[in-house]
Amino acid sequence: MIGRDLLGIEDLDRSDIERILQTAEHMGEIGEREVKKVPTLRGRTLVNLFFEPSTRTQTSFEIAGKRLSADVVNFSPRSSSLTKAESILDTARTLDAMDPDAVVVRHAVAGVPKRIADVLEAPVINAGDGAHEHPTQALLDLFTVRREKGRIDGLTVTIVGDIVHSRVARSNIYGFLKMGAEVRLAAPPPMIPAAVETLGVKAFTSLREALDGADVVMALRIQNERFAGSYFPSVREYAATFGIDRATLRYAKDDAIVMHPGPVNRGVELSHDLADHRPSVILDQVRNGVSIRMAVLYLISGRLHRGGVA
Amino acid sequence: MTRMLIRGGRILDPSEDRDEAGDVLIEAGTISEIAAGLDVPGAEVLDAKGAWVAPGFVDLHCHLREPGQEYKEDIASGGRAAVAGGFTAVACMANTQPVNDDPAMTDFILDRALHDSPARVYPVAAATRGLEGQVMTEMVALVDAGAVAFSDDGRTIMDSGVMRRVLDYSRLVAAPVIVHCEDRTLVSDGVVNEGPVSTKLGLPGNPAVAEIVHIHRDLLLAEQVGAHLHVAHVSTAGGVEAIRRARERGVQVTAEVTPHHLTLTDEATLGYDTNTKVAPPLRGEADVRACRAGLVDGTLDAIATDHAPHALHEKELDFASAPHGLIGLETAAAVVLDLVRSGELTPLEWVRRLSTNPARILRKSGGSLAVGASADLVVIDPERRWTYDPVKGHSKSRNSPWAGQTLTGRVVATVVGGRLVYHVDRGILV
Repeated sequence: MIGRDLLGIEDLDRSDIERILQTAEHMGEIGEREVKKVPTLRGRTLVNLFFEPSTRTQTSFEIAGKRLSADVVNFSPRSSSLTKAESILDTARTLDAMDPDAVVVRHAVAGVPKRIADVLEAPVINAGDGAHEHPTQALLDLFTVRREKGRIDGLTVTIVGDIVHSRVARSNIYGFLKMGAEVRLAAPPPMIPAAVETLGVKAFTSLREALDGADVVMALRIQNERFAGSYFPSVREYAATFGIDRATLRYAKDDAIVMHPGPVNRGVELSHDLADHRPSVILDQVRNGVSIRMAVLYLISGRLHRGGVA
Repeated sequence: MTRMLIRGGRILDPSEDRDEAGDVLIEAGTISEIAAGLDVPGAEVLDAKGAWVAPGFVDLHCHLREPGQEYKEDIASGGRAAVAGGFTAVACMANTQPVNDDPAMTDFILDRALHDSPARVYPVAAATRGLEGQVMTEMVALVDAGAVAFSDDGRTIMDSGVMRRVLDYSRLVAAPVIVHCEDRTLVSDGVVNEGPVSTKLGLPGNPAVAEIVHIHRDLLLAEQVGAHLHVAHVSTAGGVEAIRRARERGVQVTAEVTPHHLTLTDEATLGYDTNTKVAPPLRGEADVRACRAGLVDGTLDAIATDHAPHALHEKELDFASAPHGLIGLETAAAVVLDLVRSGELTPLEWVRRLSTNPARILRKSGGSLAVGASADLVVIDPERRWTYDPVKGHSKSRNSPWAGQTLTGRVVATVVGGRLVYHVDRGILV
């Protein structure tokens, strides 16, 4: 059941995901019209509460909300680790007093959307929390794969890179497993989370083995400024061992597609050539993100009456 | 002369291996007689029918926050929470503001305790000045002022050379050095136990090996210099095993375990409740089992609360920014009664780990109902069910993972120095 909030893919079942993907197909059609706007959420207020800046995700949610005629407000509290005068729950209560109809939350620390949802009257959509979940990213990835491959069931998906710090990886692991795919991980060993097999995936240290027969190759962004020298020795060595280019891609299936949540470090996670051209589908992912977020806003805040869920 | 008769209870005195029904007579602040069917005209009578009568609990590890952070707790409120939880004495850590690294500060704490606290307060002084891990404190002067042990607690001394000299010097004063064993370089930014739960939550993991490595280091150092090492809040199977082996080869080591590490696993953190954020973190099932086994076989001598009050607004921060710690004085006895109900500990052995053993570790009186001993005792009803509401509790803070839970076993009365200081129906009486 799609609940009041969307905090993670972990909470969804397969039929919820199917329903969101199906709704997103319809939403995609709106984006192709001359006037890209429908009155569905007119009079509703959507707040983008971004404690951590993310121009891409915030813009995607803003466009999604506006295409559905919601009033979209962006609220970005200062939340550097040095200014902790206001607790996150204070912020949530303040916001709640202004009666928003839905709140999209992004925070650098896992669990904040959940704790805000616990005190907020309005539904909360998680737009990424620490290394926990980024559910709309996984939904747009599932949507993109299904469009490309016609199915998800039975596919092999290999996620490569900084798994331990990645909310995208966790949400995609849950999403692809629930939809019947096999999920493999490949990363330098310090970037494989502890006991990751408990999530139902297999971790590889050999990229070649992980890619063998893969239908989908998903590269994750490496925060090289933070982790080079600690989680892997250098960007050069990372690119040489875990970077995806046309040569390494030969281990995957002939028709494998390449995905990346963006922004790409060109020449690190993906070769220049792959970042821009098929089989990578990076811009399709971005485009589909708007449809998915419209679908989620519609399914969640569309059924909301003021002061409670219908 | 005031006389008090505690009538009809089951008397549990580990110091004399006594477990029998009887009455306890208190005169002039000391235990004067224990017998069945005592009749003392004029004595104040405390009915203990169906209850256990035991020496008062002694907490080896709590944070009273005074001076400096009185908005979290102070010696008065912490002392009230202590006696409401059956603790007649508590050892308070040195991480106040300013730090208790000076005899004048120890004096201040003892003076405040004398006037404000219904429980006895035993100051633990810092092992190094300012808890900075560099220059050792004046241990002789601090012990003269009343310090009972030395510890930098959560500010783990990472410099092995400093630690070795602190342990070596502590032999002059015959007071234990209490260590919070977590290698900070291995903890890094970890905030929950590393394992399936940290992976699921997406929070940085704090690995068990961070504790195990450090316990091994301190055991080796204590062994080499021949000092009394007391390992605080052991949380890992590897840590328990290290202590067990060290004790077998004669190292002078004692150790404690907290109610939360005995009864909660890291799964308690799955909802991101910051009241489950504690150092060391709540661990997995196997570690909890090992800690319980260690407590039962005596590897871990004592149960200590690590009562660590924090204000509501501090715990309402995100999980990474919220401070470590939870409060435990008022719930400890009820929570660890679980080990009696499970059959792992007899009531007598349970009391030994809450009272007799911690008193022995601190080389203080207490932990005994022997005739002539100071009348520090507790009456507990092991069957009484109650719902814990920290808002109605005596601590100033509310950061408890047991808030709202129904617990079984309640402290009925607490007596310190012959004075009834707490009764469940009448509240704090001083």
